[in-house]
Amino acid sequence: MNSRVGFIAFNTFREAVRDRVLYNLIAFALLLSAASILVGEISIDIERLVVVNLGLTAVSLFGVVIAIFIGIGLVSKEIDKRTLYTVLSRPVRRWEFVVGKFFGLTGTLVVNTFFMALGVFLALLYVAHKFEKMDVWLLAAIYFIVLQFLIVCALSLFFSSFSTPLMSAVFTFALFVIGSLAEDLRGFARMTQGAAGLIATVVAYLVPNFSALNVITQVAHGDSVSSRLIIYNTLYALFYSAMAISGAVLIFQRRDLK
Amino acid sequence: MGKTPAKGLDHARIAMAAIEILDLEKEYMVGFWRKRPKMALRPLRLTIEQGEVFGFLGPNGAGKTTTLKLLMGLVFPTAGSARILGMAFDDPQVKSQIGFLPEQPYFYDHLSPRELLNYYGQLSGMPAKGRSARVEQMLARVGLSDSANIQLRKFSKGMLQRVGLAQAILHDPKLVFLDEPMSGLDPMGRREVRDLIQQLRHEGKTVFFSTHILSDAEALCDRVGVIHQGELRGVGAVADLTSEKQGKIEIIFYAPHVPAALTSLGAEARISGDMVNAVLPEEQQDAALDILRRERLRLISLAPVRSSLEEYYVQKLRPTENRKGAGV
Repeated sequence: MNSRVGFIAFNTFREAVRDRVLYNLIAFALLLSAASILVGEISIDIERLVVVNLGLTAVSLFGVVIAIFIGIGLVSKEIDKRTLYTVLSRPVRRWEFVVGKFFGLTGTLVVNTFFMALGVFLALLYVAHKFEKMDVWLLAAIYFIVLQFLIVCALSLFFSSFSTPLMSAVFTFALFVIGSLAEDLRGFARMTQGAAGLIATVVAYLVPNFSALNVITQVAHGDSVSSRLIIYNTLYALFYSAMAISGAVLIFQRRDLK
Repeated sequence: MGKTPAKGLDHARIAMAAIEILDLEKEYMVGFWRKRPKMALRPLRLTIEQGEVFGFLGPNGAGKTTTLKLLMGLVFPTAGSARILGMAFDDPQVKSQIGFLPEQPYFYDHLSPRELLNYYGQLSGMPAKGRSARVEQMLARVGLSDSANIQLRKFSKGMLQRVGLAQAILHDPKLVFLDEPMSGLDPMGRREVRDLIQQLRHEGKTVFFSTHILSDAEALCDRVGVIHQGELRGVGAVADLTSEKQGKIEIIFYAPHVPAALTSLGAEARISGDMVNAVLPEEQQDAALDILRRERLRLISLAPVRSSLEEYYVQKLRPTENRKGAGV
């Protein structure tokens, strides 16, 4: 990695940590502890299913909220507070700044996810008393969640490169919700004919396919995840993020910092 | 193929110039529904030589910050270009040789000054070896060694300005741009900034700073430029501007009142304590001295009246029709 990108990424990570972003882990730990105790009391034979479903969904939602709310401010906050002036008056190219910010935020989310995942495994151990072989697929689900974060971070950066923070948050969250229903949207597009069908197909394939990245229910039931899906999802997330970041860079390259 | 002497001279001049602004122009689109153009900077042509301390004067909104932002690559010109240290101003190589202090700077407030300077040192491409020592040196230079580990969110405006100065000169740039460096500082802070600019001059650096505080410009600058409503109204050497005689003399003497004979010579006089300060045409000098001798009044001083930078500034800010005949 370009060293300046690395320095900017590290500073972004350090800022998030010092701004107490990781404090969300406390809320997450409390939620999971309460859920595990409750599940242990009321569920019969479905403790594992409930803890995995609830735990991984919480990992996903906590991360998405962080990705959106930090992502939308990554560039706009630096412009508003004018911290960007003393960075861009150095031998730092604008694309290096955007990419550094992206890596900083995704790094923060990876660390955050690591601790939340640890919490999920601990909760699972608490309710099931032991790990089973199928629990390894939880790692694939967590990996897919991280891929979701990659796309959400890139999208929030993209929208914030030309829009206000509030509108960027609305756009990114809307795309996250629509993208979570992407498979249904594709199904609907296949059933629709004519111009409407064409538009539906374009929209269905343009929105990020978050539903393909959600295998929580599958792994909660102990089903495996195919290596083909892992490769496909990895390439898809990398490609989609790269496109969104490229768009953010293209817009930011031409932007006047008034 | 050999260069013609004229071309050779031109190249030498460009190589010598620290900044050469070539008709740089900026137009913003303003308005929400119906966008209309607003000229922030009319074509600006200006050359600053190496080792020069140049003051860019003008009231708020004159175009000073826009010019600096254009040179820093923070906004893009509508037309024109510039060369900094012989390179195109948008060449990334240039950035490692310039320092910039924005107006009322803000920094990452989660960092301490030591961390911030270290980060900026990294971004400026300073090698790890020696970077820490340079950071400590800069902290000491701006008097922040004792506060080096406190987060910037706890800093006052004056302390942030010091951090700003430290980051601007951290990487030992050849050229330093300072946007209103004295703004918001107390008298002690202003003096420290003045001292720092003097030190930079002694180190052979080129300093380009914008200000609307004329006494600072008069004390520090080799040359000044006056900008108003996005238009460069004049450029001149401070020494020339302030040494120009006005064709008048100022006489100061002890007296309880202004002698009537002096008033009849056309003197503008005012009493200050037991002294009289009178300004009158140069050709009336002998007659005025005769009056003082005749009335047995003790002379304190007699000196020609010289124009001040303030007069030059005010003259340049006047609308164009009022300035006709006034040379740059």
